[in-house]
Amino acid sequence: MSRITLRVNGTSRTVDVDPATPLLFVLSDDLQLNGPKFGCGLGQCGCCTVIIKGQAVRSCITPVSTVGGAEITTLEGLGTPERPHPIQQAFIDEQAVQCGFCLSGVVLTAKAFLDRNPKADETQIRQAMSGVLCRCGANARMLKAITRYARGGKA
Amino acid sequence: MNRRTFLAQSGALVVSFGAARAAVQFGLEPAVAAQRLNGASSRDLDGWIAIKADGSITAFTGKCELGHGLYTAQTQLIAEELCVPFNRVTLIQCDTALTPDQGTTSGAQSHPTNFNNADLALAGATAREALLSIAAQRLGVPAGQLSVKDGVVSVASDASKRVSYGELIGGRRFDLTLNPNARRKPPAEWTVLGTPVPRVEIPAMATGRFEYVHNVRVPGMLHGAVVRPPFANPSLTAVDARSVEGMPGVVQVVVKKEFVGVVAEKPWQAIQAARQLKAGWAIGAQLEPHRDLHARLRSQTPTRDTRTVDSGDVDAALGSAANVVRATYLYPYQMHGSVGTACAVADVQGEKATIWAASQAVWPLRSSTAQVLGLRPEDVHVIFRQGPGCYGINGADTVAYDAALLSQAVGKPVRVQLTRSDEMAWENYGVACLIDQRAAVDRSGTIVAWDHESWIPSRGGRPGANAPGNLVTGTLAGFAPAAFQARSPAPAPTTFANNSNAVPSYVTGTVNGRAGGTGTIASQRVLTHGLRSAFFTGPLRSPERLQNTFAHESFIDEIAAELRVDPVEYRLRHLRDPRLIAVVTAAAKAANWTSRPSPRPSIPRAGVSSGRGMSCVLYEGDNGYCAMVAEVDVNQDTGAVTVRRLVIANDSGPISNPDGLRNQLEGGALQGVSRTLLEEVTWDDQKITSVDWRTYKPLYLDAAIPRIEIVLLNRPDMPACGAGETSVTVTAGALANAIFDATGARLRQVPFTPARVQAALASRRL
Repeated sequence: MSRITLRVNGTSRTVDVDPATPLLFVLSDDLQLNGPKFGCGLGQCGCCTVIIKGQAVRSCITPVSTVGGAEITTLEGLGTPERPHPIQQAFIDEQAVQCGFCLSGVVLTAKAFLDRNPKADETQIRQAMSGVLCRCGANARMLKAITRYARGGKA
Repeated sequence: MNRRTFLAQSGALVVSFGAARAAVQFGLEPAVAAQRLNGASSRDLDGWIAIKADGSITAFTGKCELGHGLYTAQTQLIAEELCVPFNRVTLIQCDTALTPDQGTTSGAQSHPTNFNNADLALAGATAREALLSIAAQRLGVPAGQLSVKDGVVSVASDASKRVSYGELIGGRRFDLTLNPNARRKPPAEWTVLGTPVPRVEIPAMATGRFEYVHNVRVPGMLHGAVVRPPFANPSLTAVDARSVEGMPGVVQVVVKKEFVGVVAEKPWQAIQAARQLKAGWAIGAQLEPHRDLHARLRSQTPTRDTRTVDSGDVDAALGSAANVVRATYLYPYQMHGSVGTACAVADVQGEKATIWAASQAVWPLRSSTAQVLGLRPEDVHVIFRQGPGCYGINGADTVAYDAALLSQAVGKPVRVQLTRSDEMAWENYGVACLIDQRAAVDRSGTIVAWDHESWIPSRGGRPGANAPGNLVTGTLAGFAPAAFQARSPAPAPTTFANNSNAVPSYVTGTVNGRAGGTGTIASQRVLTHGLRSAFFTGPLRSPERLQNTFAHESFIDEIAAELRVDPVEYRLRHLRDPRLIAVVTAAAKAANWTSRPSPRPSIPRAGVSSGRGMSCVLYEGDNGYCAMVAEVDVNQDTGAVTVRRLVIANDSGPISNPDGLRNQLEGGALQGVSRTLLEEVTWDDQKITSVDWRTYKPLYLDAAIPRIEIVLLNRPDMPACGAGETSVTVTAGALANAIFDATGARLRQVPFTPARVQAALASRRL
């Protein structure tokens, strides 16, 4: 076990864990965050996604020891139910959810991509979502919500 | 201890983890839980509805949210029946200490059950009429002269004479049973139900606040991981607990018969220990080769045979027909493959247990978990918490047993979340299927006899109240799956029931002189052979209905093609149900369907060719009408199929929430595309080999998806029926028919992989 200090959603948090522990378990268990989720533990689905240094990162295969000091943003770090981030607002406006379990992967992957590629077209946005899985088939609404966000909140 | 005592003693727990928590997670005010202590029953109005002094309403339902919008729709229903704004209603769902026992939330049965003249809707209507009756006494005028708005009853002719729900009943019981004659509010008067109210939980989900079962955290909670057998037919020979001795955080290795698990302080520690634990397993019987699956189904014995219809004259009709058309259709085992693996939290303390689970069936799970633990059902409390979309029985129930067994062993609360391979290798898969179809066609081109024979393997399934062995954990813990009961030949049918859509839409469905089907063909036989499956099986969104509908809707198209008739026109020629005709017509119109036979004229020999296909169903024979037109591009060089457009017409009776309905139809259609083009469970001679998203490949978010257009046929005059499983049921047939239209190649085996498409292209007749 070792003490590791993380910066999560703007707050410093110190945990005492096995440094090999995947970041996901630290976020969801030690820090009791509901946003990042275990979907596969293999980096294949996106449920565990967080943003680190502007990149969408699969926290289920990222040892916690490798992200000490870096700013980590989870889905709850973007906005609140009362004041959602514009991309979250786009998902609410489009009702682009069924079970909602995949949203960390969908929302954070899209946000990280659009932050770097604000002028991306619909095809490029869709291609950026490779490796992100929604099993309910809400794809169409999700892509519409992401496009709405990319265009400044207008559908 | 009876239910009342249990609830009284555990009242604080019930309130803190039950009603109040459910209310808080939706940002609503905590509910009235005290009234539940008197026990709820399905006939007791107080078991369904409570009104507080401030006029706010708490409703209790035994049908739960699965990601399909039912929580919001049920809240709309209560707001509508009680004439209050949507946000004045808090809904508590599926908690064995709080809500009515409504069995299982499945089979597209929630709308038929709760939105017609029984259960939740009837409770709402009974409560409204009771409130009007009390108000009439209080205000001294007949109930007929009263009107009600926003929870305030007033005299129609003198609005100053008024009384609120809170004043009438607030905090007190109704002490009434549900009144079967209570009048539902007519759809023409609806202002909340029937409107696209946004889903209550989406803001919390989109901002990462929503509490799934995976986020339930109980003080002192430990974490468990299970060790599933590495072979499909295993027996446990040894467990060496010393192999994990000294690993950080490990609390205990748990073995019960062949169930093996590890409890640790942290989830990662539990997963590591389960990986390292040395368990010996003997390899049992080898599995039949995957490639031989369907051939083996046809020859396998014993069988359990069912005849759904049999007019007795099919062989004669086939023998004397001008033309007999034959085809065989194959369907693979498929997975629920929820995007998150299953999770549950259990707290077993002595004789008492509390389970938080994403089960669709909290009351049956209470009984079957009690059996697994050796406790009494009344001492087990099951609380529903939403999980990832399940689409049927995924791992949500078996992981509840896992958590319960581990918690019982250590005497502390334990959370278990399965690994990806734990879940995928031991799911209750959606069934594989082999279907033979034969039709007799007369000289005018009309079908005069239809013969359907299918072979469907199964093992286990929903555990219900008393068959925990229907799931992997129950079997490992020493319970057998429900026994296979051979029966051959099949007895003659006595009543018409088309729950599994084994009967095609085009026959009369006549049993004992009554025609229960939707079509015109009088000579008909539908024979199903149930078989033993090598793998656990269970309901997967549209179980058997999808497989059968794929075969029916492909076959009617094949006959139409052979006769060179337009496939929509040919369907309509053999249909007589006006609502089924209406969805077929509506979908064709919206798709700008042009009448001509399939395949299309002048198909290019190579490169991309485009086509369109139709498919339709009356789901379960009585539970929702749907028709779909698919437009596809087939790359004839690679065998790749791209779905360009799906036009769906749906009639599920009165529409509760049009946006929620559209969301379900869209999701079902895309899930149908994924299942039709991509998904298939595979195995080698010892074990399942589909154990992650590389070895079981579904549709990802980067896939090119079709434009989906939906025509909603609203039927406020008809009973409410299901809508969650209609569009997924028709997708495979629509795609197969569109591929045929584009290329002249007939796909009869799902999934339509590029290799299968290329094989069909190579054998087409052009």
